[in-house]
Amino acid sequence: MSQETTSSMPSDTAVQARPSIIVEHVSKQFLLRRAHAFKEAFVGWVRGKDVSSEKFLALDDVSFTIHEGESVALLGFNGSGKSTMLKLISGVMEPDRGSVLVRGRLAGLIEVGAGFHPDLTGRENVYLNAAILGMQKDEIDARYDDIIAFSEVERFIDQEVKHYSSGMFMRLAFSVAIHCELDILLVDEVLSVGDAPFQAKCRAKIEELSREGKTMVIVSHDQDMVRQVCDRGIVIRQGKQVYDGPIEPAIDAMMA
Amino acid sequence: MTTLDLSEFRTPGRGRGILDVFTWRYLLRLLVRKGTQTRYRNSVLGWTWSYVKPAFQFGVFFVVMGLFLGLNRGVDNFAVYLFSGIVVINFFNEGFGNATRSILENGALVQKIYLPRELFPIAAIIVAFVHFVPQAVILLVACVFLGWTPSVSGVLAIALGLVIIAALSLGLGMLFGAINVSFRDAQNVVELIQMLSTWAAPVLYTWQFVRDAVPRWLFDLYMANPLTAAVELFHAGMWFPTSDGKIPHPEHLWTNAFIALGICVVFLVIGQMVFRRFERRFAQEL
Repeated sequence: MSQETTSSMPSDTAVQARPSIIVEHVSKQFLLRRAHAFKEAFVGWVRGKDVSSEKFLALDDVSFTIHEGESVALLGFNGSGKSTMLKLISGVMEPDRGSVLVRGRLAGLIEVGAGFHPDLTGRENVYLNAAILGMQKDEIDARYDDIIAFSEVERFIDQEVKHYSSGMFMRLAFSVAIHCELDILLVDEVLSVGDAPFQAKCRAKIEELSREGKTMVIVSHDQDMVRQVCDRGIVIRQGKQVYDGPIEPAIDAMMA
Repeated sequence: MTTLDLSEFRTPGRGRGILDVFTWRYLLRLLVRKGTQTRYRNSVLGWTWSYVKPAFQFGVFFVVMGLFLGLNRGVDNFAVYLFSGIVVINFFNEGFGNATRSILENGALVQKIYLPRELFPIAAIIVAFVHFVPQAVILLVACVFLGWTPSVSGVLAIALGLVIIAALSLGLGMLFGAINVSFRDAQNVVELIQMLSTWAAPVLYTWQFVRDAVPRWLFDLYMANPLTAAVELFHAGMWFPTSDGKIPHPEHLWTNAFIALGICVVFLVIGQMVFRRFERRFAQEL
């Protein structure tokens, strides 16, 4: 990162807590390209078609800073670009313009269960997925009992995951993700996991992490939950940031 | 204006390439275990297939090349000669193919969670190596039976051969694996290379056939092929001590080996560079 970026930081935001996530003038554009073979790309090029004509601006010049211990909701309707924003923060994608900087360990509850393998047992999957989320063996060992207890699937832990019901599967996956060693937690619409009691448990766990001073970025359509957990909201509409401030006005701004 | 200390910050999604493997070695170990455990899922014979397939391949080649074409008479212990080449090529084909497919196969993960994506091709090569070991053991048993005794140069030759194959399949695997995400054509090119690999190295015949048939520059090119170098190193380590010595090592065995190693390093660097270039688009192209 160049020093220019540093000096252009708004100075007043750096006063209280230290920033955990800095997003600066970020734009992300998708090419709706379907040429998955050289031939298609080549033929298109020869015929003088603008191969990159179908552009879609998912995020347009978005900037914000999230401080340590803050819980921020990314609000917006489907397709507004909020999940893309989470992917940029997690590092799965890179912005086309602008920069994203993060400080500390980051874990994403982004579609939990992505790393699960149906032919491995629950226990093996716990270790594999915790490792995918960046944990080392001793850290997993230390948390293993908590993970299993939280997931409520103790009885089936040595069975292959393909025999699990979808509810059990999601509970275990969520439990692994939530018990990770982390400073920043990214939550993407996963709180619809499981039945009502388990949802309540997840919500309580997220609130607990929030109280412990973890930084959180939450994407959710559940307004009650967002109100409870977050104190700040950033509204994104068609890729543009339209509001950044306290949560209540943010929800109003999104609905407007 | 206060200046913010950015030293603790990092840009998400930027790793140190294959060097990251050292920090992520626990995950690498689990990925390798996953690859070996789930390889023969739902199969009755399971790992026996790792023996059956090369044995079958060996049988076909031995009958056709050894008996029909008469190489059996020209080459002492032709069976060992043949098999020590086959295991090397199998290791390459297996590792190269797995590494190429590894990004697509782990697409769900690549799209959702950031981790150094180089881990997937590297795990694929290690799984291929695990697969190679039982074949090498059979070869070794056969060699010991025929009077093979270990020597320092022989062991070094085998080790160098393995390093060459691992580096080559990783370099090419990263290159084609990364391209394969955007352009599935890469997979077909890989299949062509795999088809060629058995014939582009002295596995089924001896290097002297090539020397006598083609001009000098082409022969030099042939000898610089990392596959040729690795196969000849294996011949030197495994087969040669058991033979009557009528077929000598090719000239400059070790020089060729180090040239090949250099070529592999170049492939590794190119593979890594292309991989990093394409990696930025993995999540959206999958």
